[in-house]
Amino acid sequence: MEPIAHLGWLPPAPEDFAARAKALKAAEGDLSAELRALAGYRLDANQLQRLARIVEAARGREEVLAGMMPLKLGIISNATTDFVSPAIIGSGLRHGLAIEVVAGPYGQCMQEALDPGSMVNRAGCDVVLLAIDSRGYPLHSAPGDRDAGEAAIATALGQVEAMRAGLAAYCPTVIVQSLPALPETLLGSYDALLAGSETQAVAAFNTGLAERASSGMLLLDVAGLAARTGLDRWHDPAAWNVAKQPFAHSLIPAYAEHLARLLGALKGKSRKVLVLDLDNTVWSGVIGDDGLDGINIAQGDPVGEAHLALQAFALSLRDRGVVLAVSSKNTDEIARQVFREHPDMLLREEHIAVFQANWTDKASNLGGIAEALNLGLDSLVFVDDNPAERELIRQRLPQVAVPELPDSSAFYVRTVAAAGYFEAAGFSDEDRARSKFYEQNAKRVAVQAAAGGIDDYLASLAMTIRFAPFDERGRARIAQLINKSNQFNLTTRRYTEGEVAALGDDPAVVALQIRLEDVFGDNGMISTVIARVRGEEAEIDTWLMSCRVLGRRVEEAALAELARLLRARGVTRLIGIFRPSERNGIVVDHYRKLGFTLDSTDAAGEARWELDIASADFDFPDIFAHVLREDTYSQEAKA
Amino acid sequence: MTDDDIYSKLATIFDDVFEYEGPLGPETVSADVDGWDSVGHIRLVLAAEEVFGVRFEPKEVVGLNNLGELVAAIRQKAG
Repeated sequence: MEPIAHLGWLPPAPEDFAARAKALKAAEGDLSAELRALAGYRLDANQLQRLARIVEAARGREEVLAGMMPLKLGIISNATTDFVSPAIIGSGLRHGLAIEVVAGPYGQCMQEALDPGSMVNRAGCDVVLLAIDSRGYPLHSAPGDRDAGEAAIATALGQVEAMRAGLAAYCPTVIVQSLPALPETLLGSYDALLAGSETQAVAAFNTGLAERASSGMLLLDVAGLAARTGLDRWHDPAAWNVAKQPFAHSLIPAYAEHLARLLGALKGKSRKVLVLDLDNTVWSGVIGDDGLDGINIAQGDPVGEAHLALQAFALSLRDRGVVLAVSSKNTDEIARQVFREHPDMLLREEHIAVFQANWTDKASNLGGIAEALNLGLDSLVFVDDNPAERELIRQRLPQVAVPELPDSSAFYVRTVAAAGYFEAAGFSDEDRARSKFYEQNAKRVAVQAAAGGIDDYLASLAMTIRFAPFDERGRARIAQLINKSNQFNLTTRRYTEGEVAALGDDPAVVALQIRLEDVFGDNGMISTVIARVRGEEAEIDTWLMSCRVLGRRVEEAALAELARLLRARGVTRLIGIFRPSERNGIVVDHYRKLGFTLDSTDAAGEARWELDIASADFDFPDIFAHVLREDTYSQEAKA
Repeated sequence: MTDDDIYSKLATIFDDVFEYEGPLGPETVSADVDGWDSVGHIRLVLAAEEVFGVRFEPKEVVGLNNLGELVAAIRQKAG
């Protein structure tokens, strides 16, 4: 599963790809739509070249590419551009661009950029790409020699500045490439610490480039692409030695796609709206069949977390300005209920600009979404787990981008992100203002953590703790916690879902499920306490907690809440049991810390603790921003 | 793998790489095929590596004089 290297969001090329491409060579009129359709498949370098030949043959016959935006791209490189150029042209079609490549002669970077009469400068390019890798800059290794290292970096960055200045008069936009980290080290990990090492030089060069890029020069983050696809694979010495191809041939389609999408972003071709299917996309399960309690988006559940990750990703996109919409085959009210009432949902109704849950076909719905937003269909990305729906949209509305989704929902986010639909060539003040808020908030948390004690830190987390009795909605997660928790688990008693249901209904049992949210997000259900009431005494049958919220004083809050409930029922004495297991050593002193007194310990090490809850004070820890209670949990209220 | 099998697959490769659908034989040389220059040669070898599941050393890539030699190399490597 490597969606970035293999263009995994694109459907595989059909058997008749070559035949369809050949048919275009003889065809007349505007071929843009069919070219764009063919470019929308997962193509290898040869297939991209096949499309590039059609584009090149169309030069001088504008009508053939009438639906494409023409773009003249100059390339200045220290390597060969023979392999990447056709792939760039083919990939450009995918983004609505008819690219003409003007490649300067091999290895003549400074001359091409600085000479007003050079091929690239004379061509009148819309964009010039400096496709230069680390072999093209004087970033020689000078291990341990800080001055020599810094001088080399300054020289290399100076060359970039000089090339940009030379090109400025002839071309409005220059794209520079960051340098992938090198695959070989001299001193191993120590290279990263050593002034003058190539590792440091490459990193410093990239930082310098990023600083310059923000002042009017675009960056193609080849370093990021190489890292994401894997440096071991990216760097191919044989490809360089044989062909002066600067990276592995197999990654040419990925490289060309990343350049083409950046050019597309520059020309305003990036997508603006993420349209989400619901059943088995936003959540696992079918809301209409499974009901609110049957769908799965539980924290701690492998499938649930995959769908939550997609929700979180959608919210992140929304935060940077992508509009969210829903297109689902469902009854409107039932679909909306999940957004309104399901406690694990990250997406809420207010995040969704257009909500289309009905039984009309999705092509009509997507048309309606585009209309409601006053945007073109080519602004939409449609994410649906159902291959039939995807195929329908691809056929009926080819302007809409429809990513293939892998079988495993764990890779949904990776795949949709790899598609780069929302590529940006800039970030507006409006976007930035929103992210500023988050930045400042994050800073506040950090400052409070540094300045105050632990309680100040906890308070800065703005935690919301939520108590509820066992209910149907939480049952699966409760059972899962009971059966999976080993460390923070006082008795390690396991119960099935059926038994959990029975405990919830038992009038002699007080059972709590506890959720915790904080500034970083919703931790979901993180703790469960079960107490059995016998007259004026109650025994804690089960107490467990997810270790990811250790140290948040959740235990104290849970005890205070439990005591409050039990006192209301006339209980005066609380018994806590610790049953040692191989893995629950962290809670051996749990009850002591909470003020219980040791009553007895048996031969097996099982300890019995007691607490007088009639007279003890239970100050609820005042570090929680909100304490929420579902008041149906008391048995009195139930009856 | 017989030479016929190899030539049959090479026909597809020549179409994919060069859009060449003419005759292919041991005596076919680069001058016979439009686009079979030094860059085209590397594309051809890469495609052959992928289709036949073989790997050519750099010195083998540059040392092939006609299609017959490529077929012989594939036959030997692919077994």
